[in-house]
Amino acid sequence: MAVTGAVMVSFLVLHMLGNLKIFFGRDSFNEYAHWLRTLLEPFAPYRTVLTILEIGLVVAVVLHMWAAISLSRRAGKARPVKYVARKSQANGYATHIMRWGGVTIVLFVIWHLLDLTFGVVNPEGFNSAPADRMISGFDPSRWWVTLIYFVAVVMVGMHLRHGIWSAFQTLGWANRDRNKALRATAGLVSIVLVIGFLLPPLAITFGVVK
Amino acid sequence: MNLTLRVWRQKDQSDKGRMVTYKVEDVSPDMSFLEMLDVLNERLILEGDDPIAFDHDCREGICGMCGMVINGVAHGEQRATTTCQLHMRHFEDGAEITIEPWRAAPFPVVKDLVVDRSAFDRIIQAGGFVSVPAGSAPDAHSVPVRKEDADAAFDAATCIGCGACVAACPNGSASLFTAAKITHLSLLPQGQPERLSRAKAMVDQMDAEGFGGCTNTGECTAVCPKGIPLDAIAQMNSDYLKANAK
Amino acid sequence: MKYTEGPEIRDTKAPDGPIEERWEKRKFSAKLVNPANKRKLNVIVVGTGLAGGSAAATLGELGYNVKSFCYQDSPRRAHSIAAQGGINAAKNYRGDGDSIYRLFYDTVKGGDFRARESNVYRLAQVSVNIIDQAVAQGVPFAREYGGLLDTRSFGGAQVSRTFYARGQTGQQLLLGAYQALERQVAAGTVEMHTRHEMLDLIVADGRARGIIVRDMVTGEIERHLADAVVLATGGYGNVFFLSTNAKGCNTTAIWRAHERGAYFANPCYTQIHPTCIPVSGEYQSKLTLMSESLRNDGRVWVPLRKNDERAPGDIPEEERDYYLERIYPSFGNLVPRDIASRAAKNVCDEGRGVGPGGLGVYLDFRDAINRLGRDAVEKKYGNLFEMYERITGENPYDVPMRIYPAVHYTMGGLWVDYDLQSTIPGLFVIGEANFSDHGANRLGASALMQGLADGYFVLPTTIGDYLANGPYGDVDEEAVAEAEIKVRNKIDRLLSVNGTRTPDSFHRELGRLMWDYCGMERTEESLRKALERIPELREEFWQNVKVTGTAEELNQVLEKAGRVADFFDLAELMCLDALVRTESCGGHFRAESQDADGEALRDDENFAHVSAWEHTPDGPVLHKEPLEYEYVKMTQRSYK
Repeated sequence: MAVTGAVMVSFLVLHMLGNLKIFFGRDSFNEYAHWLRTLLEPFAPYRTVLTILEIGLVVAVVLHMWAAISLSRRAGKARPVKYVARKSQANGYATHIMRWGGVTIVLFVIWHLLDLTFGVVNPEGFNSAPADRMISGFDPSRWWVTLIYFVAVVMVGMHLRHGIWSAFQTLGWANRDRNKALRATAGLVSIVLVIGFLLPPLAITFGVVK
Repeated sequence: MNLTLRVWRQKDQSDKGRMVTYKVEDVSPDMSFLEMLDVLNERLILEGDDPIAFDHDCREGICGMCGMVINGVAHGEQRATTTCQLHMRHFEDGAEITIEPWRAAPFPVVKDLVVDRSAFDRIIQAGGFVSVPAGSAPDAHSVPVRKEDADAAFDAATCIGCGACVAACPNGSASLFTAAKITHLSLLPQGQPERLSRAKAMVDQMDAEGFGGCTNTGECTAVCPKGIPLDAIAQMNSDYLKANAK
Repeated sequence: MKYTEGPEIRDTKAPDGPIEERWEKRKFSAKLVNPANKRKLNVIVVGTGLAGGSAAATLGELGYNVKSFCYQDSPRRAHSIAAQGGINAAKNYRGDGDSIYRLFYDTVKGGDFRARESNVYRLAQVSVNIIDQAVAQGVPFAREYGGLLDTRSFGGAQVSRTFYARGQTGQQLLLGAYQALERQVAAGTVEMHTRHEMLDLIVADGRARGIIVRDMVTGEIERHLADAVVLATGGYGNVFFLSTNAKGCNTTAIWRAHERGAYFANPCYTQIHPTCIPVSGEYQSKLTLMSESLRNDGRVWVPLRKNDERAPGDIPEEERDYYLERIYPSFGNLVPRDIASRAAKNVCDEGRGVGPGGLGVYLDFRDAINRLGRDAVEKKYGNLFEMYERITGENPYDVPMRIYPAVHYTMGGLWVDYDLQSTIPGLFVIGEANFSDHGANRLGASALMQGLADGYFVLPTTIGDYLANGPYGDVDEEAVAEAEIKVRNKIDRLLSVNGTRTPDSFHRELGRLMWDYCGMERTEESLRKALERIPELREEFWQNVKVTGTAEELNQVLEKAGRVADFFDLAELMCLDALVRTESCGGHFRAESQDADGEALRDDENFAHVSAWEHTPDGPVLHKEPLEYEYVKMTQRSYK
């Protein structure tokens, strides 16, 4: 889970940086999208790098889900008889929403792809400039889409806060001296990502970016 | 004070088991939780009923024999406290208390609240030791140990093997128990020669016993009567990964 | 109770010659077993505490076929785990004048000259190896910043020779032994039987050849045969019902061995520990010890005035009586346990006790906190303070602890010779279960030392000498069947009474009686009363006990009833022994025998002996083993 999670976090960082290009204007954003597809040209054909990255990402997502499902099945087997009463003692709600949080995120990602990648549920449709899709997608009239994004991104943030720290644990980097720093890192990365991802849609919905 | 107890009763391993309700009256707040159960059991015996079986021995929080899930929390809600050290002053008059055994497939219920924790012994057998025959040891001062390391090793070594970590873990994982021993020995110079093989053998045994995987929820350390820190698990993972990379 | 006197025990098998060479001599004269033969020799070890755990591990390591038994669900739970303070060893790492000889001397003196010199000297010699062994196993002893081992001082000694692991030394040492044991289990040399209780010893052709046990989960009665049997089943302090022992600690194994012919030595020697948390009510199920190490920095006091109801903080300095420092200026708060306990009893008897019922004295850390700072005190004793607070609900950083003496350890036990062999050939007894090294009073931090000395170093050598003549062949079936039937009959009898009192209610009553009549202070009158009352109570027990359930299941009531039944018989022997020994010595204080200051007065002329009791159908037979002191001069103990 840690390794695949790390792949996805790196993706999210790049994705966020890309999104922020919207603040430099539609062209800047579109150029970035174009650049992604023409990276390494002419050494490699159109979309080579992006496709490789996409495949890598899909593999990571699948493996991450597979790991989650097998952990969850192991957990089920390890406790065939459930408690009548059960009360959590650990601090932090994030730890308890990893599994359902994960499922929510998957549903969101599907919607997200249909909206901004394939344009199926986007007012601009597929054959449009990425920046147009984005700006129309979060049009003030579609405030509820922004709301969905907002909730989903916060959910991703919580998933990450535990997930990143948990990865440090799983990879064996955490120890008593480093613990504080690692927890802070996990929190910081999550917050930066949440803010970075929320800025564009909020800016569009509130008319800052047109 | 007067209490209503809902207790898991199960005659033996093959019995399905069920919750049974008991009323206990005139409980003193200075009683320990187990003394409260003693009082109930004395009454049950006189009524000709089978008293509630539960494991206990030292009753001073160190042998690790006692343990029950009280109102959904392993060893009850009082932090860093074993069931035997939990006192009734932390409950309110008229309270209803749910009492269940540790629940985990590798800890089958033997009777009522008694479970079989021999899986823990087998994890230790896999490698939780330093191989040193009696009489072969060098002088104790031949290898100095940094105080910080000795103290940290001690913190991990205080594990009493009660199994609360497993009981509390949503995944039924034994990682904190296993990690405590691995960490204790891997922080000391004496534990170095077998460090990686120990981690691998113990983790593999833990998995073979049917415990769940760790997702770092921290429920274990929250209920641990000795407060074994969660970074023990990171230490275990680190040693385990290194062992597998070899 | 009538008893007769039998022949004296003259030979303890200790080699002669200079005391420092005796153990070397014995090790050399002990026959060796060749490695191929060891695999053919079976040894049973009952109990997995420091002595039993370390013995089983070491015997397994040596190549014997070992079967290990414990009543708990894991060998790691044995009650050695609860020892808090530390372990003595004559390492002299501090250069403060310690030596093997001084540890030997302190132990003999601390035991009030009722222990064997040869045994104690060996114990002091071996003590240094124990620390080496434990460190090599990864026992995380406390260390100083230089990386070397830290030590502290303990009652009865003026040097700092006690090694410790915070307040959990017993736990760490036991886990070391447990891990060594599990290593042997994995190697296949030790077969572990948890949740099994020994209910009888099989003696065939005059030799101990096995045990009858009950599987506590299924109730099955099993027989296990061997070439030698080792009992490491701990002490019998639970005869008092309330003690610092674990709830499961019992006398059954050694008592049944006693009934089979093993002599029981000095049963009346009971150690009452001065620093325990006082009783809080009738329902109390056990007492919790506060480590003696607390007396290093805590000061013991009571109000000067009687029935002083003021809160401790309101009592000014000049109205406090730091009675240990006053009476014993040179040892102060660090006097041996027996002395500290009796002093506490005396001030409480004067009406100056504190807390509920006036049964308590203060152990105050105010001065230590002022001197060292709260952090330093917390580092040293943090876990003990927490434990105290959990139990009493009071915070000892702010309010002084209240403590009172409680039964803690039994110096008496099965009689063994220098080889730790009982009077039944092939039956070895180690740790608290035997009587050998502490005389009439054990010094703090010496129980761990003795348990591990016996288990790691002494027994593995001496048992070889016995096993070298083995294997001892097939065991007479008749002897096995007889033992098995006896066990079954006793269980059936307990189940068939179906009376109106629980085993615990009998145990409580017996305990109360023992505490009142055979506790910290004993008189002829009280002991005679006890000897009259115990048989009556036992009679009632067998007429009126109620044991629910069946024999073929996990039945904790049945387990308890069987143990209580044996406690009655033991209690009687304890009182008889206490009655016969009209002197005061160590933990045995006869009110008739005290000096002008109220200190224990020994009678060396008549009682410089071990009282070894033989069980016969016609009643107990007393065999005296004279104690001779060649090295330590017998003096009246003084800690003033």
